[in-house]
Amino acid sequence: MNKIFPPALHLIVTYVWLLVAAYTIFFYAPQEATMGEVQRIFYVHVSSAWTAMLAYFFIFLGSVAYLRKRRDAADDFAHGAAEVGFVFCTCVLVTGPLWAKPVWGIWWTWDARLTLTFVLWLLFVAYLMLRSYVINPGRSAVLGAVVGIIGFVDVPVDYMAIRWWRTQHPQPVIAGGSDSGLDPRMWVALFVTWGAFLCLFAYLMRQYLRLASLRREVGMMRRQRGVHVEA
Amino acid sequence: MHTLNVISAVFMKDLRVEWRHRETLASMCIFGLLVVFLFNFAFEPAREETLRLLPGLIWIAFAFAGVLGFNRSFAAERENAGLEGMRLAPVDPGAIYLGKMLANLFFMGIAEVVVVFATSLWYNFSFFPSLGWFALSTFFCTLGYVGVGTTFGAVAANTRMREVMLPVLQFPVAVPIFIAGVEASTGALKGDPVSDYGYWIKLAAGFGIIFVVLSYLLFEYVLEE
Repeated sequence: MNKIFPPALHLIVTYVWLLVAAYTIFFYAPQEATMGEVQRIFYVHVSSAWTAMLAYFFIFLGSVAYLRKRRDAADDFAHGAAEVGFVFCTCVLVTGPLWAKPVWGIWWTWDARLTLTFVLWLLFVAYLMLRSYVINPGRSAVLGAVVGIIGFVDVPVDYMAIRWWRTQHPQPVIAGGSDSGLDPRMWVALFVTWGAFLCLFAYLMRQYLRLASLRREVGMMRRQRGVHVEA
Repeated sequence: MHTLNVISAVFMKDLRVEWRHRETLASMCIFGLLVVFLFNFAFEPAREETLRLLPGLIWIAFAFAGVLGFNRSFAAERENAGLEGMRLAPVDPGAIYLGKMLANLFFMGIAEVVVVFATSLWYNFSFFPSLGWFALSTFFCTLGYVGVGTTFGAVAANTRMREVMLPVLQFPVAVPIFIAGVEASTGALKGDPVSDYGYWIKLAAGFGIIFVVLSYLLFEYVLEE
């Protein structure tokens, strides 16, 4: 992988792709009829959301793989997905209100999708906090995997509960469903942006995996030389 | 049969320990009462508003009292190396989980009765007309809450600052339980027909079953060293 597609090349591709995405967002995609320029945040918002959800799924996959095979790589994969996914999920929660204020007139509403995104963000936080607070570093991976699996199974139940809860109290504010009837050029801009984000996600994951394996190597060397290993 | 023996042994052990020092239950009840007490200053509900605020209030009290209990449940084991002892026993780790879970369920049930009694007294609200459905919905919600809480308590026992770690793990995962608990008790206390809110009880029961089974399967990983 490193031979065919070295990280430096990956970085350049990501950078160029992000520039192309910015171009499609601001120049290629047409202006939205009712919301105007501010709607362009949609491409960043939705791409981040999809990437964050994918990252969450990766935590689950990595956790299950780790509990079955006990390979460090599987745990690194889950942990890296959590760190990078957390950034994308934060991006969703930051761009959302920025878009909502001019369009809905409010920063936030406890609508089903918003609430669920916030819960997802809290689950990312819980996972990452746990990973850094475990006393015995050797146990961190297993406990993280347990929490990763429980958190993943929880999402559909959360989704159902929040949906039912919100249909009980309908929200009049939500309007202008942007998913319906997108201009083909908007679709292009959306997928170009999402592609760029996925490329960035993959790049950050690669960097994380490399860092984690280097860290492990250093730990091993220290142990071999009898140097005290810190937590 | 063996599994049942293990479950009852762990359950009875927790009850006996609790009976001898009464720390967990006392702190859970006091904490629950404090939440109800403080709420009075925060909102000062008028009579007709009581019914709207009460389910939320008691569920917040339950949630915090529960977290306190789950923390104690494994903190004590850790201090006395109790988990190491149980791990050495040739028994199914899932059975240890079920024993601890039932003990927590029992403690939480007592704390809930205390909180509900105090609420009823201080807010002049009678739970009797709808006690049956209220108790049923609260039972299923508590089961789900304790089901994940026991596992997370064991996970958090391995961390620094476990008092912070446990709520951070527990509350986001228990969101469906809060919603179901508040909605079902509102329905029950209002005296609505069960068909209007019965799906919340079903949701809570489903949540409970999913997470008790999942925890039963995952608990061996939490216990291992």
